[in-house]
Amino acid sequence: MYSKKLMDHFQNPRNVGEIPDADGVGVEGNPVCGDVMKLFIKVDSGKIVDAKFQTFGCGAAIAVSSMITEMAKGKTLEEARAITKQSVADALDGLPAQKMHCSNLGADALHKAIDDYNAKKTGS
Amino acid sequence: MKRRYFDHVATNPILPEVLDAMMPYFREEYGNPLSVYDLGMNAREAIENSRQQVAALINAEPSEIIFTSSGAEANNFALRGIALARQHEGKHAIVSRMEHHSILNSARVLEKMDFAVTYLTPDKYGTIDPETVRRAITDETTIISITHASSEVGTIEPIKEIAEIAHEKGIVFHSDAVATVGNIPVDIKYLGVDLLSMAAHQFYGPKGAAALYLKKGQRITPLIYGGIQEGGRRAGTENVPAIVGMGKAAVITGEQIVNRMNHVSVLRNKLIKGLKKVPNIHYTGDLEKRLPGHASMCVEYIEGEGMLLLLASKGICAASGSACTSKALKASPVLLSMGIPSSLAHGSIVFSLGIDNTEDDIDYLLEEFPQIIEKLRAMSPFAAKGWADMEEGGSCTAKN
Repeated sequence: MYSKKLMDHFQNPRNVGEIPDADGVGVEGNPVCGDVMKLFIKVDSGKIVDAKFQTFGCGAAIAVSSMITEMAKGKTLEEARAITKQSVADALDGLPAQKMHCSNLGADALHKAIDDYNAKKTGS
Repeated sequence: MKRRYFDHVATNPILPEVLDAMMPYFREEYGNPLSVYDLGMNAREAIENSRQQVAALINAEPSEIIFTSSGAEANNFALRGIALARQHEGKHAIVSRMEHHSILNSARVLEKMDFAVTYLTPDKYGTIDPETVRRAITDETTIISITHASSEVGTIEPIKEIAEIAHEKGIVFHSDAVATVGNIPVDIKYLGVDLLSMAAHQFYGPKGAAALYLKKGQRITPLIYGGIQEGGRRAGTENVPAIVGMGKAAVITGEQIVNRMNHVSVLRNKLIKGLKKVPNIHYTGDLEKRLPGHASMCVEYIEGEGMLLLLASKGICAASGSACTSKALKASPVLLSMGIPSSLAHGSIVFSLGIDNTEDDIDYLLEEFPQIIEKLRAMSPFAAKGWADMEEGGSCTAKN
Protein backbone atom coordinates (compact mmCIF):
# COMPACT_ATOMS: atom_id res chain seq x y z
CA MET A 1 0.00 0.00 0.00
CA TYR A 2 2.76 2.46 0.96
CA SER A 3 6.12 3.06 -0.75
CA LYS A 4 9.39 2.18 0.97
CA LYS A 5 10.25 5.85 1.25
CA LEU A 6 6.92 6.66 2.87
CA MET A 7 7.33 3.79 5.36
CA ASP A 8 10.81 5.08 6.22
CA HIS A 9 9.47 8.57 6.97
CA PHE A 10 6.59 7.06 8.98
CA GLN A 11 8.78 4.76 11.04
CA ASN A 12 11.67 7.22 11.43
CA PRO A 13 9.99 10.61 11.24
CA ARG A 14 12.29 13.62 10.96
CA ASN A 15 11.78 16.87 12.89
CA VAL A 16 9.13 15.72 15.37
CA GLY A 17 8.21 18.18 18.08
CA GLU A 18 7.45 21.79 18.89
CA ILE A 19 9.47 24.96 18.37
CA PRO A 20 8.52 26.95 21.51
CA ASP A 21 9.61 30.30 20.04
CA ALA A 22 8.43 29.56 16.49
CA ASP A 23 8.14 32.46 14.06
CA GLY A 24 5.16 30.87 12.36
CA VAL A 25 2.68 28.09 13.23
CA GLY A 26 0.20 26.44 10.84
CA VAL A 27 -2.54 23.98 11.84
CA GLU A 28 -4.42 22.02 9.23
CA GLY A 29 -7.05 19.29 9.51
CA ASN A 30 -9.63 18.18 12.00
CA PRO A 31 -9.61 15.20 14.39
CA VAL A 32 -13.19 14.32 13.43
CA CYS A 33 -12.00 13.46 9.92
CA GLY A 34 -8.84 11.80 11.11
CA ASP A 35 -5.75 13.86 10.55
CA VAL A 36 -4.44 17.04 12.18
CA MET A 37 -1.03 18.54 11.50
CA LYS A 38 0.63 21.35 13.41
CA LEU A 39 3.73 22.78 11.73
CA PHE A 40 6.24 25.16 13.34
CA ILE A 41 8.79 27.23 11.39
CA LYS A 42 11.76 29.34 12.38
CA VAL A 43 12.63 32.08 9.85
CA ASP A 44 15.90 34.01 9.46
CA SER A 45 16.62 36.52 6.68
CA GLY A 46 13.67 35.29 4.63
CA LYS A 47 14.74 31.63 4.88
CA ILE A 48 13.18 28.76 6.80
CA VAL A 49 16.02 27.70 9.09
CA ASP A 50 14.09 25.12 11.12
CA ALA A 51 10.80 23.26 10.88
CA LYS A 52 9.12 20.80 13.25
CA PHE A 53 5.76 19.08 13.36
CA GLN A 54 3.17 17.38 15.54
CA THR A 55 0.64 15.17 13.78
CA PHE A 56 -2.41 13.14 14.76
CA GLY A 57 -3.13 10.79 11.92
CA CYS A 58 -2.41 7.71 9.88
CA GLY A 59 0.93 6.50 8.54
CA ALA A 60 0.62 8.64 5.41
CA ALA A 61 -0.17 11.78 7.42
CA ILE A 62 2.90 11.29 9.59
CA ALA A 63 5.18 10.58 6.60
CA VAL A 64 3.86 13.66 4.77
CA SER A 65 4.58 15.76 7.88
CA SER A 66 8.11 14.45 8.13
CA MET A 67 8.77 15.00 4.43
CA ILE A 68 7.41 18.55 4.31
CA THR A 69 9.64 19.66 7.19
CA GLU A 70 12.65 18.26 5.30
CA MET A 71 11.57 19.98 2.09
CA ALA A 72 10.90 23.33 3.78
CA LYS A 73 14.17 23.62 5.65
CA GLY A 74 16.70 25.83 3.89
CA LYS A 75 14.16 27.22 1.42
CA THR A 76 13.21 30.87 1.08
CA LEU A 77 9.61 31.66 1.98
CA GLU A 78 8.88 32.11 -1.72
CA GLU A 79 10.37 28.72 -2.60
CA ALA A 80 8.48 27.10 0.28
CA ARG A 81 5.21 28.56 -1.00
CA ALA A 82 5.79 26.73 -4.27
CA ILE A 83 5.66 23.33 -2.50
CA THR A 84 2.37 21.62 -3.38
CA LYS A 85 0.48 18.53 -2.24
CA GLN A 86 1.64 16.85 -5.41
CA SER A 87 5.32 17.67 -4.87
CA VAL A 88 5.16 16.23 -1.33
CA ALA A 89 3.45 13.09 -2.63
CA ASP A 90 6.05 12.77 -5.40
CA ALA A 91 8.89 13.16 -2.89
CA LEU A 92 7.42 10.17 -0.99
CA ASP A 93 7.28 8.11 -4.21
CA GLY A 94 3.51 8.53 -4.33
CA LEU A 95 0.51 8.29 -1.99
CA PRO A 96 -2.43 5.86 -2.31
CA ALA A 97 -5.30 7.62 -4.14
CA GLN A 98 -7.63 7.61 -1.14
CA LYS A 99 -4.94 9.24 1.04
CA MET A 100 -4.09 11.98 -1.48
CA HIS A 101 -6.54 14.47 0.03
CA CYS A 102 -7.26 13.54 3.62
CA SER A 103 -3.72 12.77 4.76
CA ASN A 104 -1.82 15.20 2.57
CA LEU A 105 -1.97 18.21 4.88
CA GLY A 106 1.69 19.23 4.78
CA ALA A 107 1.63 21.85 2.03
CA ASP A 108 -1.47 23.56 3.46
CA ALA A 109 -0.02 23.57 6.98
CA LEU A 110 3.25 25.01 5.67
CA HIS A 111 1.47 27.76 3.73
CA LYS A 112 -0.55 28.61 6.86
CA ALA A 113 2.65 28.79 8.93
CA ILE A 114 4.14 31.22 6.38
CA ASP A 115 0.93 33.30 6.51
CA ASP A 116 1.20 33.30 10.29
CA TYR A 117 4.82 34.48 10.08
CA ASN A 118 3.89 37.27 7.66
CA ALA A 119 0.93 38.35 9.81
CA LYS A 120 3.13 38.50 12.91
CA LYS A 121 5.78 40.48 11.06
CA THR A 122 3.41 43.10 9.67
CA GLY A 123 1.55 43.20 12.99
CA SER A 124 4.61 44.03 15.10
CA MET B 1 10.76 -12.32 13.29
CA LYS B 2 8.12 -14.46 14.95
CA ARG B 3 4.55 -13.60 14.00
CA ARG B 4 2.15 -12.93 16.88
CA TYR B 5 -1.42 -13.26 15.66
CA PHE B 6 -4.06 -11.32 17.63
CA ASP B 7 -6.70 -11.00 14.91
CA HIS B 8 -8.77 -14.15 15.41
CA VAL B 9 -12.01 -12.27 14.65
CA ALA B 10 -10.66 -11.76 11.12
CA THR B 11 -9.96 -15.44 10.60
CA ASN B 12 -8.17 -18.42 12.15
CA PRO B 13 -5.58 -20.93 11.03
CA ILE B 14 -7.02 -24.32 10.06
CA LEU B 15 -6.37 -27.20 12.50
CA PRO B 16 -4.09 -29.94 11.06
CA GLU B 17 -6.72 -32.64 11.84
CA VAL B 18 -9.27 -30.61 9.89
CA LEU B 19 -7.02 -30.34 6.87
CA ASP B 20 -6.28 -34.09 7.06
CA ALA B 21 -10.01 -34.84 7.04
CA MET B 22 -10.48 -32.64 3.96
CA MET B 23 -7.61 -33.92 1.82
CA PRO B 24 -9.23 -37.13 0.47
CA TYR B 25 -12.13 -35.05 -0.87
CA PHE B 26 -9.78 -33.02 -3.05
CA ARG B 27 -8.10 -36.14 -4.48
CA GLU B 28 -9.66 -39.61 -4.38
CA GLU B 29 -13.21 -38.69 -3.37
CA TYR B 30 -13.85 -35.96 -5.91
CA GLY B 31 -17.39 -37.04 -6.78
CA ASN B 32 -20.39 -34.80 -7.24
CA PRO B 33 -22.84 -35.57 -4.40
CA LEU B 34 -25.71 -35.73 -6.91
CA SER B 35 -24.13 -38.60 -8.92
CA VAL B 36 -25.53 -42.09 -8.42
CA TYR B 37 -22.28 -44.09 -8.65
CA ASP B 38 -19.99 -44.76 -5.68
CA LEU B 39 -17.97 -41.52 -5.94
CA GLY B 40 -21.17 -39.51 -5.76
CA MET B 41 -22.57 -41.56 -2.91
CA ASN B 42 -19.35 -41.18 -0.92
CA ALA B 43 -19.44 -37.41 -1.35
CA ARG B 44 -23.13 -37.34 -0.39
CA GLU B 45 -22.40 -39.40 2.71
CA ALA B 46 -19.53 -37.07 3.67
CA ILE B 47 -21.76 -34.00 3.43
CA GLU B 48 -24.55 -35.58 5.44
CA ASN B 49 -22.07 -36.67 8.08
CA SER B 50 -20.78 -33.13 8.31
CA ARG B 51 -24.35 -31.81 8.51
CA GLN B 52 -24.91 -33.96 11.62
CA GLN B 53 -21.66 -32.73 13.17
CA VAL B 54 -22.45 -29.06 12.54
CA ALA B 55 -26.03 -29.50 13.78
CA ALA B 56 -24.76 -31.14 16.99
CA LEU B 57 -22.50 -28.16 17.75
CA ILE B 58 -25.52 -25.83 18.06
CA ASN B 59 -28.08 -28.46 19.25
CA ALA B 60 -30.04 -28.43 15.96
CA GLU B 61 -31.41 -31.19 13.73
CA PRO B 62 -29.28 -32.07 10.66
CA SER B 63 -32.20 -31.16 8.37
CA GLU B 64 -32.10 -27.63 9.80
CA ILE B 65 -28.56 -26.94 8.51
CA ILE B 66 -28.10 -25.31 5.07
CA PHE B 67 -24.49 -25.09 3.95
CA THR B 68 -23.40 -21.80 2.37
CA SER B 69 -20.10 -20.41 1.09
CA SER B 70 -19.61 -17.79 3.82
CA GLY B 71 -21.09 -16.11 6.85
CA ALA B 72 -21.92 -13.18 4.58
CA GLU B 73 -23.95 -15.45 2.30
CA ALA B 74 -25.79 -16.94 5.28
CA ASN B 75 -26.64 -13.41 6.50
CA ASN B 76 -27.80 -12.24 3.05
CA PHE B 77 -29.84 -15.41 2.67
CA ALA B 78 -31.48 -15.10 6.10
CA LEU B 79 -32.54 -11.47 5.95
CA ARG B 80 -33.60 -11.29 2.34
CA GLY B 81 -34.94 -14.86 2.22
CA ILE B 82 -37.34 -14.36 5.14
CA ALA B 83 -38.35 -10.81 4.14
CA LEU B 84 -39.26 -12.03 0.64
CA ALA B 85 -40.94 -15.25 1.78
CA ARG B 86 -43.19 -13.26 4.13
CA GLN B 87 -43.70 -10.08 2.09
CA HIS B 88 -47.44 -10.65 1.73
CA GLU B 89 -47.65 -10.40 5.56
CA GLY B 90 -45.71 -7.15 5.84
CA LYS B 91 -42.70 -5.28 4.58
CA HIS B 92 -40.80 -4.13 7.68
CA ALA B 93 -37.49 -5.47 9.00
CA ILE B 94 -35.61 -4.59 12.20
CA VAL B 95 -31.81 -4.79 12.45
CA SER B 96 -29.28 -3.05 14.69
CA ARG B 97 -26.38 -0.71 14.09
CA MET B 98 -24.11 -3.37 15.63
CA GLU B 99 -24.55 -5.63 12.61
CA HIS B 100 -21.91 -6.78 10.14
CA HIS B 101 -21.95 -5.19 6.67
CA SER B 102 -23.53 -8.35 5.26
CA ILE B 103 -26.67 -7.60 7.29
CA LEU B 104 -26.58 -3.79 6.96
CA ASN B 105 -26.06 -3.85 3.20
CA SER B 106 -28.73 -6.54 2.77
CA ALA B 107 -31.07 -4.28 4.75
CA ARG B 108 -30.29 -1.42 2.36
CA VAL B 109 -31.13 -3.67 -0.58
CA LEU B 110 -34.48 -4.44 1.07
CA GLU B 111 -35.12 -0.68 1.35
CA LYS B 112 -34.54 -0.39 -2.40
CA MET B 113 -37.15 -3.13 -2.82
CA ASP B 114 -39.68 -0.92 -0.94
CA PHE B 115 -39.28 -2.57 2.44
CA ALA B 116 -39.03 -0.36 5.52
CA VAL B 117 -36.06 -1.05 7.81
CA THR B 118 -35.50 0.14 11.39
CA TYR B 119 -31.85 0.38 12.51
CA LEU B 120 -31.66 0.10 16.31
CA THR B 121 -29.05 2.11 18.21
CA PRO B 122 -27.15 0.32 21.01
CA ASP B 123 -26.30 1.77 24.41
CA LYS B 124 -22.75 2.95 25.14
CA TYR B 125 -21.65 -0.64 25.84
CA GLY B 126 -22.88 -1.79 22.44
CA THR B 127 -25.88 -3.64 23.92
CA ILE B 128 -29.25 -3.65 22.16
CA ASP B 129 -31.93 -3.23 24.83
CA PRO B 130 -34.72 -5.78 24.13
CA GLU B 131 -37.25 -3.06 24.94
CA THR B 132 -35.99 -0.92 22.03
CA VAL B 133 -36.70 -3.93 19.82
CA ARG B 134 -40.25 -4.18 21.22
CA ARG B 135 -40.87 -0.48 20.56
CA ALA B 136 -39.67 -0.75 16.95
CA ILE B 137 -42.12 -3.53 16.06
CA THR B 138 -45.01 -2.57 13.78
CA ASP B 139 -47.90 -4.56 12.27
CA GLU B 140 -45.73 -4.86 9.17
CA THR B 141 -42.67 -6.39 10.88
CA THR B 142 -41.82 -9.89 9.64
CA ILE B 143 -38.11 -10.31 10.47
CA ILE B 144 -35.77 -9.13 13.22
CA SER B 145 -32.02 -9.72 12.90
CA ILE B 146 -29.69 -8.93 15.81
CA THR B 147 -26.11 -10.16 15.99
CA HIS B 148 -25.15 -12.58 18.76
CA ALA B 149 -21.94 -10.64 19.34
CA SER B 150 -20.08 -7.86 17.61
CA SER B 151 -16.60 -8.80 16.47
CA GLU B 152 -15.59 -5.15 16.80
CA VAL B 153 -16.41 -4.54 20.46
CA GLY B 154 -17.07 -8.10 21.69
CA THR B 155 -20.41 -7.36 23.40
CA ILE B 156 -22.74 -10.37 23.60
CA GLU B 157 -26.31 -9.32 22.84
CA PRO B 158 -29.38 -10.50 24.83
CA ILE B 159 -30.77 -12.43 21.86
CA LYS B 160 -32.73 -14.94 23.97
CA GLU B 161 -34.86 -12.07 25.34
CA ILE B 162 -35.13 -10.47 21.90
CA ALA B 163 -36.22 -13.77 20.33
CA GLU B 164 -39.00 -14.06 22.95
CA ILE B 165 -40.25 -10.57 22.11
CA ALA B 166 -40.20 -11.40 18.38
CA HIS B 167 -42.18 -14.61 18.93
CA GLU B 168 -44.84 -12.86 21.05
CA LYS B 169 -45.69 -10.96 17.86
CA GLY B 170 -45.23 -13.84 15.44
CA ILE B 171 -42.06 -12.35 13.98
CA VAL B 172 -39.17 -14.46 12.70
CA PHE B 173 -35.86 -13.93 14.55
CA HIS B 174 -32.39 -14.33 12.99
CA SER B 175 -29.03 -13.91 14.68
CA ASP B 176 -25.62 -13.53 13.07
CA ALA B 177 -23.57 -15.83 15.29
CA VAL B 178 -20.42 -15.83 13.15
CA ALA B 179 -18.47 -14.21 16.00
CA THR B 180 -19.80 -16.53 18.70
CA VAL B 181 -20.04 -20.09 17.32
CA GLY B 182 -16.73 -21.65 18.33
CA ASN B 183 -15.97 -18.97 20.91
CA ILE B 184 -18.82 -19.52 23.37
CA PRO B 185 -21.43 -22.29 23.61
CA VAL B 186 -24.33 -21.61 21.23
CA ASP B 187 -27.53 -23.63 21.69
CA ILE B 188 -30.33 -22.72 19.30
CA LYS B 189 -33.00 -24.33 21.50
CA TYR B 190 -31.91 -22.36 24.56
CA LEU B 191 -31.63 -19.11 22.56
CA GLY B 192 -34.92 -19.70 20.75
CA VAL B 193 -33.71 -18.34 17.42
CA ASP B 194 -35.41 -19.23 14.11
CA LEU B 195 -32.32 -18.68 11.98
CA LEU B 196 -28.63 -18.41 12.86
CA SER B 197 -25.50 -17.81 10.75
CA MET B 198 -22.12 -19.39 11.42
CA ALA B 199 -18.79 -19.69 9.58
CA ALA B 200 -16.22 -22.51 9.79
CA HIS B 201 -13.11 -20.33 9.65
CA GLN B 202 -14.12 -18.73 12.93
CA PHE B 203 -13.58 -22.07 14.68
CA TYR B 204 -10.40 -23.32 12.99
CA GLY B 205 -12.16 -24.79 9.99
CA PRO B 206 -11.63 -23.79 6.37
CA LYS B 207 -12.74 -20.61 4.62
CA GLY B 208 -15.49 -21.19 2.06
CA ALA B 209 -17.70 -23.25 4.37
CA ALA B 210 -20.46 -21.75 6.47
CA ALA B 211 -24.04 -22.56 7.41
CA LEU B 212 -27.45 -21.12 8.04
CA TYR B 213 -29.53 -22.81 10.71
CA LEU B 214 -33.17 -22.66 9.58
CA LYS B 215 -35.79 -23.92 12.03
CA LYS B 216 -37.86 -26.81 10.72
CA GLY B 217 -41.02 -25.62 8.95
CA GLN B 218 -39.73 -22.09 8.36
CA ARG B 219 -40.21 -20.97 4.75
CA ILE B 220 -37.39 -19.11 3.01
CA THR B 221 -36.90 -17.70 -0.49
CA PRO B 222 -33.59 -18.89 -2.02
CA LEU B 223 -30.77 -16.51 -2.82
CA ILE B 224 -29.22 -18.86 -5.40
CA TYR B 225 -31.48 -20.72 -7.82
CA GLY B 226 -30.52 -23.86 -9.72
CA GLY B 227 -30.42 -27.51 -8.78
CA ILE B 228 -31.84 -29.40 -5.83
CA GLN B 229 -28.80 -29.10 -3.56
CA GLU B 230 -29.54 -28.28 0.10
CA GLY B 231 -33.18 -29.24 -0.38
CA GLY B 232 -33.56 -26.80 -3.26
CA ARG B 233 -32.88 -23.88 -0.95
CA ARG B 234 -29.27 -23.27 -1.98
CA ALA B 235 -28.26 -24.42 -5.45
CA GLY B 236 -24.73 -25.09 -6.63
CA THR B 237 -22.42 -28.10 -6.50
CA GLU B 238 -21.35 -28.46 -2.89
CA ASN B 239 -17.84 -27.52 -1.73
CA VAL B 240 -17.35 -31.04 -0.40
CA PRO B 241 -13.82 -30.73 1.10
CA ALA B 242 -14.69 -27.46 2.89
CA ILE B 243 -17.97 -28.87 4.20
CA VAL B 244 -16.13 -31.95 5.48
CA GLY B 245 -13.62 -29.63 7.16
CA MET B 246 -16.41 -27.65 8.77
CA GLY B 247 -17.88 -30.84 10.24
CA LYS B 248 -14.53 -31.95 11.64
CA ALA B 249 -13.88 -28.48 13.09
CA ALA B 250 -17.36 -28.53 14.68
CA VAL B 251 -16.63 -31.84 16.42
CA ILE B 252 -13.29 -30.61 17.80
CA THR B 253 -14.86 -27.31 18.88
CA GLY B 254 -17.61 -29.14 20.75
CA GLU B 255 -14.97 -31.13 22.66
CA GLN B 256 -12.65 -28.22 23.39
CA ILE B 257 -14.79 -25.13 23.76
CA VAL B 258 -14.52 -24.85 27.55
CA ASN B 259 -10.73 -25.20 27.42
CA ARG B 260 -10.56 -22.64 24.62
CA MET B 261 -12.63 -20.14 26.58
CA ASN B 262 -10.50 -20.58 29.69
CA HIS B 263 -7.27 -20.31 27.70
CA VAL B 264 -8.16 -17.06 25.95
CA SER B 265 -9.84 -15.44 28.99
CA VAL B 266 -6.69 -15.87 31.08
CA LEU B 267 -4.59 -14.30 28.32
CA ARG B 268 -7.08 -11.48 27.72
CA ASN B 269 -7.15 -10.61 31.42
CA LYS B 270 -3.36 -10.62 31.52
CA LEU B 271 -3.31 -8.24 28.55
CA ILE B 272 -5.80 -5.80 30.07
CA LYS B 273 -4.06 -5.90 33.43
CA GLY B 274 -0.71 -5.25 31.76
CA LEU B 275 -2.05 -2.24 29.85
CA LYS B 276 -3.27 -0.55 33.05
CA LYS B 277 -0.01 1.38 33.28
CA VAL B 278 -0.76 3.16 29.98
CA PRO B 279 -2.98 6.23 30.58
CA ASN B 280 -6.01 7.20 28.47
CA ILE B 281 -6.97 3.83 27.08
CA HIS B 282 -10.77 3.52 26.87
CA TYR B 283 -12.13 -0.03 26.62
CA THR B 284 -15.07 -0.49 24.27
CA GLY B 285 -18.00 -2.85 24.63
CA ASP B 286 -19.42 -4.58 27.70
CA LEU B 287 -16.57 -5.66 29.99
CA GLU B 288 -18.55 -8.60 31.44
CA LYS B 289 -20.92 -9.88 28.75
CA ARG B 290 -18.29 -10.21 26.04
CA LEU B 291 -16.39 -12.67 23.87
CA PRO B 292 -13.78 -14.36 26.07
CA GLY B 293 -10.65 -13.66 24.01
CA HIS B 294 -11.60 -10.19 22.88
CA ALA B 295 -9.94 -6.93 24.00
CA SER B 296 -11.13 -3.80 22.20
CA MET B 297 -10.15 -0.26 23.06
CA CYS B 298 -9.65 3.29 21.87
CA VAL B 299 -6.21 4.70 22.57
CA GLU B 300 -6.71 8.42 22.96
CA TYR B 301 -4.80 11.07 20.94
CA ILE B 302 -3.39 8.69 18.33
CA GLU B 303 -4.73 6.91 15.26
CA GLY B 304 -5.32 3.21 14.57
CA GLU B 305 -3.58 2.77 11.24
CA GLY B 306 -0.33 4.13 12.65
CA MET B 307 -0.59 1.65 15.52
CA LEU B 308 -1.34 -1.27 13.16
CA LEU B 309 1.64 -0.44 10.92
CA LEU B 310 4.07 -0.15 13.83
CA LEU B 311 2.65 -3.33 15.42
CA ALA B 312 3.04 -5.11 12.06
CA SER B 313 6.67 -4.01 11.92
CA LYS B 314 7.12 -5.97 15.17
CA GLY B 315 5.33 -9.03 13.79
CA ILE B 316 2.07 -8.26 15.63
CA CYS B 317 -1.26 -8.67 13.77
CA ALA B 318 -4.27 -6.75 15.11
CA ALA B 319 -7.31 -4.83 13.82
CA SER B 320 -8.74 -1.32 14.04
CA GLY B 321 -12.04 0.43 13.32
CA SER B 322 -10.24 3.68 12.51
CA ALA B 323 -11.39 5.66 9.48
CA CYS B 324 -7.88 5.61 8.04
CA THR B 325 -7.75 1.82 7.95
CA SER B 326 -11.01 1.57 6.01
CA LYS B 327 -11.21 1.99 2.27
CA ALA B 328 -14.21 4.28 2.76
CA LEU B 329 -12.17 6.43 5.19
CA LYS B 330 -15.08 6.43 7.62
CA ALA B 331 -14.76 5.60 11.30
CA SER B 332 -16.45 2.38 12.35
CA PRO B 333 -20.25 2.86 12.32
CA VAL B 334 -20.43 0.44 15.27
CA LEU B 335 -18.22 2.66 17.45
CA LEU B 336 -20.02 5.83 16.38
CA SER B 337 -23.44 4.26 17.06
CA MET B 338 -22.27 3.59 20.65
CA GLY B 339 -21.74 7.33 21.06
CA ILE B 340 -17.93 7.23 20.89
CA PRO B 341 -16.67 10.56 19.45
CA SER B 342 -15.06 10.11 16.06
CA SER B 343 -11.80 11.67 17.25
CA LEU B 344 -11.55 8.89 19.86
CA ALA B 345 -12.80 6.22 17.43
CA HIS B 346 -9.74 6.94 15.27
CA GLY B 347 -7.66 5.37 18.05
CA SER B 348 -9.58 2.08 17.86
CA ILE B 349 -7.62 -1.14 18.23
CA VAL B 350 -8.83 -4.72 18.65
CA PHE B 351 -6.81 -7.69 19.88
CA SER B 352 -8.67 -11.00 19.51
CA LEU B 353 -6.97 -14.04 20.97
CA GLY B 354 -7.03 -17.67 19.95
CA ILE B 355 -5.89 -21.13 20.97
CA ASP B 356 -2.47 -20.62 19.38
CA ASN B 357 -1.64 -17.59 21.58
CA THR B 358 0.69 -18.06 24.57
CA GLU B 359 1.68 -16.17 27.70
CA ASP B 360 4.85 -15.27 25.85
CA ASP B 361 2.80 -13.63 23.08
CA ILE B 362 1.08 -11.42 25.65
CA ASP B 363 4.39 -10.56 27.35
CA TYR B 364 5.77 -9.57 23.96
CA LEU B 365 2.70 -7.46 23.16
CA LEU B 366 2.89 -5.78 26.56
CA GLU B 367 6.54 -4.97 25.88
CA GLU B 368 6.01 -3.51 22.39
CA PHE B 369 2.55 -1.93 22.40
CA PRO B 370 3.13 0.70 25.14
CA GLN B 371 6.30 1.82 23.30
CA ILE B 372 4.33 2.20 20.08
CA ILE B 373 1.66 4.24 21.86
CA GLU B 374 4.38 6.40 23.39
CA LYS B 375 6.09 6.92 20.04
CA LEU B 376 2.86 8.01 18.33
CA ARG B 377 1.75 10.17 21.25
CA ALA B 378 5.11 11.95 21.17
CA MET B 379 4.15 13.06 17.66
CA SER B 380 0.54 13.97 18.47
CA PRO B 381 -0.44 17.61 18.96
CA PHE B 382 -3.11 16.48 21.45
CA ALA B 383 -1.25 14.12 23.77
CA ALA B 384 0.14 16.84 26.06
CA LYS B 385 -2.85 19.19 26.29
CA GLY B 386 -5.89 17.12 25.30
CA TRP B 387 -8.28 17.70 22.46
CA ALA B 388 -9.03 21.30 23.60
CA ASP B 389 -11.47 22.80 21.13
CA MET B 390 -10.43 20.52 18.27
CA GLU B 391 -12.79 17.74 19.24
CA GLU B 392 -15.92 17.47 17.14
CA GLY B 393 -17.20 20.51 15.27
CA GLY B 394 -15.58 21.66 12.08
CA SER B 395 -16.12 20.27 8.65
CA CYS B 396 -14.38 17.36 6.99
CA THR B 397 -15.23 18.52 3.50
CA ALA B 398 -13.14 21.66 3.93
CA LYS B 399 -10.05 19.53 3.56
CA ASN B 400 -10.86 18.16 0.16
